[in-house]
Amino acid sequence: MRESSQNAIIEIRNLSKSFGALTVLRDINLTVPKGGVVALIGPSGSGKSTLLRCLNLLVVPDGGSVSVNGSSFAFGPGKRLPGDRALSAFRARTGMVFQHFNLFPHMTAAQNVMEGPLTVLKQPRAQARAEALTLLEKVGLAEKADVYPAFLSGGQKQRIAIARALAMKPDVMLFDEVTSALDPELVGEVLAVMRGLADEGMTMIIVTHEIAFARDVGDRVVFMRDGLIVEEGPPEQVIANPVHAATRSFLSHFNR
Amino acid sequence: MYQWDFDVIYTYREVLAVGLLNTLYYTVACIVGGLLVGLVEAFARLSPLRIVRLPTHFLVEIFRCTPLLVILIWFYYALPVLLGIQISALTAGMLALSLYGGAFYCEIIRAGIISIESGQREAAQALGMRRADTMRRIILPQALRRMVPPLMNQSILQLKNTSLVSVLALPDLIYQGQLVTHETYRPLEVYTTVAVIYFAILFPATLLVQQLERRLDVKG
Repeated sequence: MRESSQNAIIEIRNLSKSFGALTVLRDINLTVPKGGVVALIGPSGSGKSTLLRCLNLLVVPDGGSVSVNGSSFAFGPGKRLPGDRALSAFRARTGMVFQHFNLFPHMTAAQNVMEGPLTVLKQPRAQARAEALTLLEKVGLAEKADVYPAFLSGGQKQRIAIARALAMKPDVMLFDEVTSALDPELVGEVLAVMRGLADEGMTMIIVTHEIAFARDVGDRVVFMRDGLIVEEGPPEQVIANPVHAATRSFLSHFNR
Repeated sequence: MYQWDFDVIYTYREVLAVGLLNTLYYTVACIVGGLLVGLVEAFARLSPLRIVRLPTHFLVEIFRCTPLLVILIWFYYALPVLLGIQISALTAGMLALSLYGGAFYCEIIRAGIISIESGQREAAQALGMRRADTMRRIILPQALRRMVPPLMNQSILQLKNTSLVSVLALPDLIYQGQLVTHETYRPLEVYTTVAVIYFAILFPATLLVQQLERRLDVKG
């Protein structure tokens, strides 16, 4: 059953999650190989974001297991919830970028990027600063290093948020609708950074409504609805020739 | 027609000066005490443990919903009987003022902390930051900026609240004023002077808070 997981970096088994009476995830199974880029698409409320949040345990699943690069957690009755230390160590290995950036407003761009390495990895300040500048360079914002987030555009904020996540040298990167809060003309600069990461071989799970981007950059597309994975496969199949009626109906809202 | 005579104030200036110094001393003591109480209560009220959260909430509400004058008298007269120990007027007064002020400080601190968007905590957690680091590095620095103006306003109230300790015969500005009144039979001059002194301290303080509010606002 697990022969396919030889080089898997992310393994999700039988994952389930409910918020009160509302079931958001039902028996989700997903394997991502190292360097894989998975685009998670689906209508609002389909559970995509919750699934992503379960991967770094910002949301604690009710059942099943999550494994990222060898560290795994199982959930369910009788399973103890991981403690603060274990959770933090696990989360440090996954980078996450949020829809609303969530930059720290009391810190400059560089300080935002340095925060993880300083506080979590206990890096010396000079080294953290040097690495932060390199990352800001990489996302094209070296000149904004000492600027506070309030003075940056949405696209710039999101690129800094990506740099902040990368500063932890994560095994995988999770993107949660990172262009949904952006003005249309700013979407491209963020997608370009993400495309660059994919080209470098970063393992990525991308929750997105950018269907064209999902098709171009994703090597696998997963369509979710009502907490279930309805269909998954290479983009040319799921996006160009979806098998399921639900997928077709969802994709009919987009220009492909 | 009443003949105002402020000469008596000058004659008794040292008596009033002692009162002013004591008022300032009580104020500092009950601000520091109140902040400490408020800080502990705020974190207790934010605790995930019901057994910590609920009793603290109850304690805070007791002090928020009882007049300070009643609390002061109760601490001086009833608490010693209850505990079977002696409490000086100073201890009772400072304890009452600190716990009373602390209840309000607690709510200010708690409100400041929970006003920080959940995305901030999530971003810190996603980086792998531990709970204490998240509070110390991310939540508190932002919350503090929002708390400072209301904390200062509450501290101004603390100064005014100290005027009630005179009922326990603590020699604050009001109490010393009463002494001067008894000596001179000039209550109008004495209480006018006392009012002017309070105003002269508190008016600049409120201006300072307003200025600070504006400055913190600009920075975002």
